[in-house]
Amino acid sequence: MTELIDTYWLYFLGGQFPGGPLGGLALTLVLAAAGLLLALPLGVLFGLARVSPWRWVRWPVTALVFVVRGTPLLMVVFWAYFFLPSVTGVKTGQFATMLIALVVFDAAYLAEIVRAGIQGLPRGQLECARALGLSYPRAMRSVVLPQALRSMLPSLVNQFVSTIKETSLGYIIGLAEVSFIATQINTQVFTKPAEVFGILGLTYFVLCFGLSRLAYALERRLARRGSTPLRTTTATP
Amino acid sequence: MPLFDYSLLLTGKYHDMLLGGLVLSLQLLAASLVLALPLALAVALLRLAPVAPLRWLGFAYVEGIRNVPLLAHMLFWYFGAPELLPDAAKQWLYDSGKAEAASAVAALTLYTAAYMAEDIRSGIRAIPTVQMEAGRALGFGFLATMRRVILPQALRVTVPPLISQTLNLWKNTSIATVIGVAEMMYQAAQVESATFRSVEAFTFASAAYLTVSLLITGLASWYQHRYPVRTAAA
Repeated sequence: MTELIDTYWLYFLGGQFPGGPLGGLALTLVLAAAGLLLALPLGVLFGLARVSPWRWVRWPVTALVFVVRGTPLLMVVFWAYFFLPSVTGVKTGQFATMLIALVVFDAAYLAEIVRAGIQGLPRGQLECARALGLSYPRAMRSVVLPQALRSMLPSLVNQFVSTIKETSLGYIIGLAEVSFIATQINTQVFTKPAEVFGILGLTYFVLCFGLSRLAYALERRLARRGSTPLRTTTATP
Repeated sequence: MPLFDYSLLLTGKYHDMLLGGLVLSLQLLAASLVLALPLALAVALLRLAPVAPLRWLGFAYVEGIRNVPLLAHMLFWYFGAPELLPDAAKQWLYDSGKAEAASAVAALTLYTAAYMAEDIRSGIRAIPTVQMEAGRALGFGFLATMRRVILPQALRVTVPPLISQTLNLWKNTSIATVIGVAEMMYQAAQVESATFRSVEAFTFASAAYLTVSLLITGLASWYQHRYPVRTAAA
């Protein structure tokens, strides 16, 4: 076991990095972070569209969210992998393919988190802002969203955990993230599959468990702050 | 060549492959669901057990499984776990030709059970604790109180989240393709590489996934409509 780690730790963490493209655990993290960051604005837009008072905005986005949430991520990855090149005419790399699939997929899930955050606020907030003469977009931007996004923070960290787990599907299109690297190591060592994949599982566990504890702590902190007198007047029905 | 070749999907060899994939996907769903439900219930009870080490065991199971991607579970159960078996069992597994499907069902079952256990646990916690206390005071043991008093009430609250986990399980069966289980995603990729008809193959698979997903979602809303959660007077 120690010999295994001694030989392959650098490959596992960074792929062929100093001499070649970035891979391994580092690529997993870069992909997950980039995916979530890019999905966030799109998710907020979709979330706003889901609660929009205009049908022609609400319906198409609702349909899109339903379709994406009803199909496996792997299906989205396959569509991106086989269709992006024919649509754009450029050969898309594995990283870009996976990133695009993750952004589309996560945006649909974030949209529901944003929608729940907005609908979790008392209706009076929006009505009050409108009564004060703010336009609908302005009321959303200055009154509703800042409060909704704050209460979404723990869900966002949890979504990051999900995104890290989702990046493992890059394996299927040959992206050199940590699961793919583990399989490569397994082929080279050949005799210790249980150890190699055990270490892979443990790595994901340490990362994701740590982050989900962070989300839990954030949630408790927000709940505590939410119970101060000032917040109760604004945030609870 | 037509732009979208329906005949490929309606008859012939590729139609059979895709349909076979769909059937296998549904079988994976059914087998994992049947195995995961009792396991989830057991884990949920562990997490609420009156003995601390049992609670820790339940916690370790849930967090240990949920924080590792399903793909890593699949790789472990397919490549890693058979090495740990005795030689005879290993031989039997590989000879049976079902090693892939068995690994996939093992991974899907353990993964789904961890999520379902949390849903069942929160359903049980929604029942006022006085019910447990009353049951215990009447002389029932922990398990007897669970079985006769708490669970009949809790499982009703738990059905909608369990249906939504079933939807996740359905989508997760697609990951079995990485270890070569010939389910729908695998067959779609096979048909794609044999015919270069990627639009047709993936449209079929997407439509099939979506249809089953919508059926499951529909089942959930029917259930919620038919059996609304009664906020029971404690």
